[in-house]
Amino acid sequence: MSLRSPLGAVLGLGSAKGGSAHWYGQRVSAVALVLLGLWFLLSLACLGAADHAAVVAWLHLPLSSALAVLLVVVAAHHAHLGLQVVVEDYVASKGTRVAVLLAIKFALVAAALIGVLAVLRIALGAAA
Amino acid sequence: MAQPERPLSPFLHYRWQYTNALSILHRISGVLLSGCFFLLVYWLAAAASGPQAYAGALRCLASPLTQFVLAGGLFAFCYHLLNGIRHLCFDAGVGFELATARKSGWAVAIGAVVLGAAAWLVLRGCLGGAV
Repeated sequence: MSLRSPLGAVLGLGSAKGGSAHWYGQRVSAVALVLLGLWFLLSLACLGAADHAAVVAWLHLPLSSALAVLLVVVAAHHAHLGLQVVVEDYVASKGTRVAVLLAIKFALVAAALIGVLAVLRIALGAAA
Repeated sequence: MAQPERPLSPFLHYRWQYTNALSILHRISGVLLSGCFFLLVYWLAAAASGPQAYAGALRCLASPLTQFVLAGGLFAFCYHLLNGIRHLCFDAGVGFELATARKSGWAVAIGAVVLGAAAWLVLRGCLGGAV
């Protein structure tokens, strides 16, 4: 039996029983990004001089485009979880905090969407 | 009237040591990498917009300021990667002993500088720098 009132929980004065999902999601995306980040840097190194035809040919490969979409989505998610913790820790004023958190969320979702659409456009477009 | 001795918030009188220095560096590198994420999207969007847009984006990425940011981002990536793996080990309950944690902390700091410098030398051409 809980001694805390439902009102206290609702007003944000304690655990809403959702914290572990945030913590766990950050770790899972971190493991994925270890692999995706290393893959991306190695791919860049293999591309050599970054001319347009080489980048398009690279993202035309099904594996490359799939991993690039994953990289964009997982990196945006991981950045969102991390920036949220930083903002919650250092921005004291509640109004500013909510505004900054919303701005971060909107910017990351928009950027992730642009990134995914860009990869898909190259992947599904004409070969270079 | 003498000021009464009041307790200070912990962060006001923690002395700097490797634990909190590495921890705040992890956050700073994470914030920097979040900024670099937008550069990645910019690069992908330019590539999807055609050769001319891509050439323009590469010129923009080759400017001294963005080159500085990209080099910093590369070091931040190496540090965040290595220290992130260190923290995943901590989360799994591995390497928590003080001596081990100190050793892995030094390894992460030195490894990030070495790995970052090597990655910058290899990747400078791809990131729009001197080819």
